[in-house]
Amino acid sequence: MSLPLDLAQAQERIEAYAREFGLSFFQVNFEVVDYRQMNALAAYGGFPTRYPHWRFGMEFQQLAKSYEYGLHKIYEMVINNDPTYAYLLEGNALVDQKLVMAHVYGHADFFRNNVYFAHTDRRMVDAMANHSTRVRRHQERHGTEIVEKFLDACLSVEDLIDPGSVFRPAKRPTATDEEEAPEPALARLPAKSYLDRYVNPPDYLAEQRQRLQKEKDQSKRFPPAPERDVLGFLLHHAPLENWERDVLSIVREESYYFLPQRQTKVMNEGWASYWHSIIMTRRCLQDSEVIDYADHHSGTVAVSPGRLNPYKLGLELFRDIKRRFDRGQFGPEWDACDDMGERVRWDKKAGLGTEKVFEVRRLHSDATFLDEFLTQDFCADQNLFVTNPGKPGESVIGSRDFGEIKQALLFQFTNGGRPAIDLVDANHANRSELLLQHRHVGVDLRLDWAREALGSLVRIWKRPVRLRTVLRGRPVLLGHDGENTTQEDVEGAAVDARRS
Amino acid sequence: MSTRIESDLHRFRQIVRGKVRDELRRHLGQEELFGRAGKRIVSIPVPHLDLPHFVHDPGGQGVGQGEGEPGSGAGNQPGQHILEAEFTVEELARMLGEALELPRIQPKGREEVDARTGRYTGVATVGPESLRHFKRSYRQALRRLIASGAYDPSQPRVPIVRQDRRYRIWKPVHSPRANAVIVYVMDVSGSMGTEQKEIVRTESFWIDAWIRAHYQGLRTVYVVHDAAAKEVDRDTFFRIRESGGTVISSAYDLTARIVEERFPPIDWNLYLFQFSDGENYSRQDTEKCLDMLTNRMLPALNLFGYGQVESHGTRGDFYDALEARFRGHERVALSRIPDRDAIVPSIKTFLGRGK
Repeated sequence: MSLPLDLAQAQERIEAYAREFGLSFFQVNFEVVDYRQMNALAAYGGFPTRYPHWRFGMEFQQLAKSYEYGLHKIYEMVINNDPTYAYLLEGNALVDQKLVMAHVYGHADFFRNNVYFAHTDRRMVDAMANHSTRVRRHQERHGTEIVEKFLDACLSVEDLIDPGSVFRPAKRPTATDEEEAPEPALARLPAKSYLDRYVNPPDYLAEQRQRLQKEKDQSKRFPPAPERDVLGFLLHHAPLENWERDVLSIVREESYYFLPQRQTKVMNEGWASYWHSIIMTRRCLQDSEVIDYADHHSGTVAVSPGRLNPYKLGLELFRDIKRRFDRGQFGPEWDACDDMGERVRWDKKAGLGTEKVFEVRRLHSDATFLDEFLTQDFCADQNLFVTNPGKPGESVIGSRDFGEIKQALLFQFTNGGRPAIDLVDANHANRSELLLQHRHVGVDLRLDWAREALGSLVRIWKRPVRLRTVLRGRPVLLGHDGENTTQEDVEGAAVDARRS
Repeated sequence: MSTRIESDLHRFRQIVRGKVRDELRRHLGQEELFGRAGKRIVSIPVPHLDLPHFVHDPGGQGVGQGEGEPGSGAGNQPGQHILEAEFTVEELARMLGEALELPRIQPKGREEVDARTGRYTGVATVGPESLRHFKRSYRQALRRLIASGAYDPSQPRVPIVRQDRRYRIWKPVHSPRANAVIVYVMDVSGSMGTEQKEIVRTESFWIDAWIRAHYQGLRTVYVVHDAAAKEVDRDTFFRIRESGGTVISSAYDLTARIVEERFPPIDWNLYLFQFSDGENYSRQDTEKCLDMLTNRMLPALNLFGYGQVESHGTRGDFYDALEARFRGHERVALSRIPDRDAIVPSIKTFLGRGK
């Protein structure tokens, strides 16, 4: 469907403004959809076609209900693809559509230029459609419910992938048929025999021997080093039917595709809001539209005490960076200055703000963004605080201490707030059981779900699966053998990442 | 696009329904169910379905934004979505039947078919002009012309002659006619508390649903009694609170009169369900009740169900009297309902007779 004339003209203008400000993006295609289509698209994560699964139906029903009750309204959606697709809600006022378009160009620029998105599939619309066809074919051949059950299992562990994969070199070869390398000799210096025990002291040699032995033992382990990409490991080594392998690979591929969006929620929304406000207020707004624009914009960045609004946080951080680098408020001199008055007046006319924000949007993810640019002044300015659980369903303000706020934020945004779990042994207890290790960082796992998720892994691995974690300060080993779950205390194992 | 989401939505609803069906026994005793009962639709809340992931235990620290001193409230956490599955009463009845393995009710009496309804589903060559099926007639004419080679595409005139004409006709739909009436009798003397009434309410909901599923028309009559009986509407039935003594025969008397006057047994399938705490005024009255049941009521009834809703400490003897007289009677179902947990077996007793 082609865009109505007024929207097409608006798009043309806004695209020109976006380029003028230095944004770069793939071609953006807008499509106007009604609320039902919008809800359906939202349930599908923005894609017109996904594999069949009840979860999408559930999300759709929730969206539809809450739209009908007037609790929410989706204004826009944009998907990371080349060309970039974006949807506008039919029947919105022109000023709203303009704001949304400006916002979308911010996202489009972010998708194209942020390094975390560098390896995402830019033909994902096609890939998703292919996934859908493949899953449908498996369902026809093997039965809807059977495939669905397996899909459930895969989806329940979909985030067991390696979030750092962007920066890691290509995977080591999985198998070699080379001959085994000759055993490395002990490193010893040539020496006359009567000097030997001084040049190559025996305890040093013993130490060397031990180290080599350890390395040798390690290479017998499988996988040789802890594996973060659990799904990838299962894909290669689990005893799966062909269709199961295919389904698992689809889930893993989509999980990797969506990963950067989870990693950059604050930045992405912040960047888009930053640019929609610049484009709208400096170029695009007509006098009569100002009030409506202000209303809509303030709705987008509104804060409610108990929750953090990523639009607001991201937008304010980008503005803060811009201001600080324009005024030269960085570097050792700035850090050393503790005269409040001087800090307020500090302006070196550095003018580096714009350059800096573009650099930041290229290089950072939420975790590093907050780590690097969340300052004490910013926390105070923005009235940030740490919340503690209060009465059930409520929370109370815990503290306004900068250190605590930063720690809580970083915890929330590291690995998308999900626990980090490694696969450490695929032949645990020599019974080809799977052993996983949770990197405990102070917060326990939700136990009932963890048990069920272990069950999902059993469905894929077809052998018992165990997970080392910490519950209420005690190291435990959770297990699932396909029918029953177990829980054993572990003696003295240092599994708490903080304490080890 | 929308058809894809429809099929996912359909699948999701199927799963939810399956879950409700599996857990229907648990839902049976819930009173909030009928608080929500609309006219024909009942929504049952189901816990959120989700895919279990490895996640941190919620309730940890978070970060918020805004004014306020440490220790003051920071708003509510987002609420849990509650899913509601919607069912028609018929569906519920069917699920109830499956869950409790209830036999279908065999309506007694006349196997008369009722042909009063009909639908225009057929086509005939004769009929009144007002029911002429123009499209069919035209098609018939066109077919005739083409077959005879007289059709000229450049001059597409299609004359319709007598034998081309087609008419809509009415096809009668046969369905058995069977009507039922349920008479609920409840003791509202002072000894029946709110808890007991809630139990009666729950039972009557399921009894209604099940019996309704087997008959074309269902009427309900509500009779309350303490020392004297009177007929009330449904709303009053569950609200009214009297304080007098208990004379059960008064209710039987009224019921028998209502049935004789308004629901002659030859036309109606009659059900009588009585709920009481089982404490009658006197032995003589109990004897009188038993005789009335044997002589006047039971010959006309499909089923007589008696539920003794026992409150703490009290233990009526009406149940024992009935059991002594009617043990093994195929149209008498007796059950004790001391608490909510007893509702399910009680429903099973009442409706398990297939009457």
